[in-house]
Amino acid sequence: MYSLEHIKFLKKLKREKLIVTISQLAIFIFFLIIWQLLADLNIINTFIFSSPKKIFETIVGLYKNKNLFSHIWVTVYETIISFSVATILGTFIASLLWWRKRIQKIIEPYLTILNSLPKVALGPMIIIWFGAGIKSIIFMALLISLIITIINVYEGFNSVNENKIKLMKSLGASKYQLFFKLILPNSLNTIISALKINVSMSLIGVIMGEFLVSKKGIGYLILYGSQVFNLSLVISGIFILCVVAAIMYYIVSFIEKRVLKKRY
Amino acid sequence: MKNVLEIKNLKKIYHTKTHETLAVEDFSFDVNDGEFIAIVGPSGCGKSTILSVLCGLEEKSDGEIKFNSNTKIGYMLQQDSLFEWRNILDNCLLGLEINKTLNEESKMRVIKLLTTYGLKDFIYSYPDNLSGGMRQRVALIRTLATNPNLLLLDEPFSALDYQSRLAISDDIYNILRKEKKTMIMVTHDIAEAISMCDKVIVLSDRPARIKSIYNIELENKSTPINNRKDKNFSYYYDKIWKDIDFHV
Repeated sequence: MYSLEHIKFLKKLKREKLIVTISQLAIFIFFLIIWQLLADLNIINTFIFSSPKKIFETIVGLYKNKNLFSHIWVTVYETIISFSVATILGTFIASLLWWRKRIQKIIEPYLTILNSLPKVALGPMIIIWFGAGIKSIIFMALLISLIITIINVYEGFNSVNENKIKLMKSLGASKYQLFFKLILPNSLNTIISALKINVSMSLIGVIMGEFLVSKKGIGYLILYGSQVFNLSLVISGIFILCVVAAIMYYIVSFIEKRVLKKRY
Repeated sequence: MKNVLEIKNLKKIYHTKTHETLAVEDFSFDVNDGEFIAIVGPSGCGKSTILSVLCGLEEKSDGEIKFNSNTKIGYMLQQDSLFEWRNILDNCLLGLEINKTLNEESKMRVIKLLTTYGLKDFIYSYPDNLSGGMRQRVALIRTLATNPNLLLLDEPFSALDYQSRLAISDDIYNILRKEKKTMIMVTHDIAEAISMCDKVIVLSDRPARIKSIYNIELENKSTPINNRKDKNFSYYYDKIWKDIDFHV
């Protein structure tokens, strides 16, 4: 049983949370109402700025044409593939670099250059190499998320406490044991936060790829909308993208919580 | 008594890009079975280097180190370095996992050690839930798990507050005596050295050389906390204090 004071305290916490949630919702609704009002009163040009009602109609239209989920699915599918490949390959390469420090020293400047290069500049080349299809899009997304994964995970590997390494060595651990008993489990947190960055990086890459080449996907929807000057379609695409990005982010956060909970 | 360890003219030089530092020179010493030995000296003189070389973490530059054929070393560091993602038992089993001697029997031995030394209720807890003193006790049991007979302790208590420090040094003293271990401890705390050990080696400033060796003879040899009240305690304290070159 809680004391009366504790119940009061819990109530206060609950109330605080409620106020925050309501305010968040209120901002969104307020924004929509103002937008709609401005459109209805002809203060803004709906041809350029669209309106919540038109966007809603556009999305419903897409749904009725059975296009909505196929576009979303294409983008999500591409993101999941590049995200998974970037995470697995990135962690693997980071492990390799940890294992052979000399390789790391040798390729470090190349990694730095690749990391600071705006990958979209490689777009035209990628299209020529991989063709105007899903391969190019995934490759583009991979380029964006892979390098950053390697760098983050490698840094995680290297930030392991010196004393723990000394302890492992004093117990006679081999390099293999050092890696699998200390370095990797110790870096799980870093790897998971790299995952979080990776989701958004992959999504950025996929949309960029879809802008360059595609016949389907949310990026295509946005680009197509702008080409036919249908701003309602463009904004609908952006709105759908927001929702998809948020959902993917929360899924990874959920996984993170589960994994960390299991460990402690 | 037979020797567990003989050290002759040990020398250690550190190399960096711009410097060559002589850390230890002319260090000769024998350790008998069951002896508790303390190494004290000014900070940064190279005390810890000696332990690192003894347990093979670093290579010696010159000299001879001879272990008795069945000497097995356990090394305990200042930081407990417990792995947060392993529970207490799994932390203690680390050494057994590494040298691949983990089986039901060795596991039971570790559980028994944990039980004997007051950690029974924490076997499945995680390190975050333990106090500093308890964590240090876990670190000792992790060291004892592989059943070493020679223990090297590198400032094992200096990360703890004074109260826990006194209590845990009593604990660890009793554990090591009971398990009939030999111990070499590096410390900067003179009182700790006198109260816990049979011999105190005083080192000079860098490069570390042996300045003097004291056989600690107390009137009533007992546990560390009681030893601090012994008549002869302050005699040794003054002597050693004067031997150490303190730079302020």
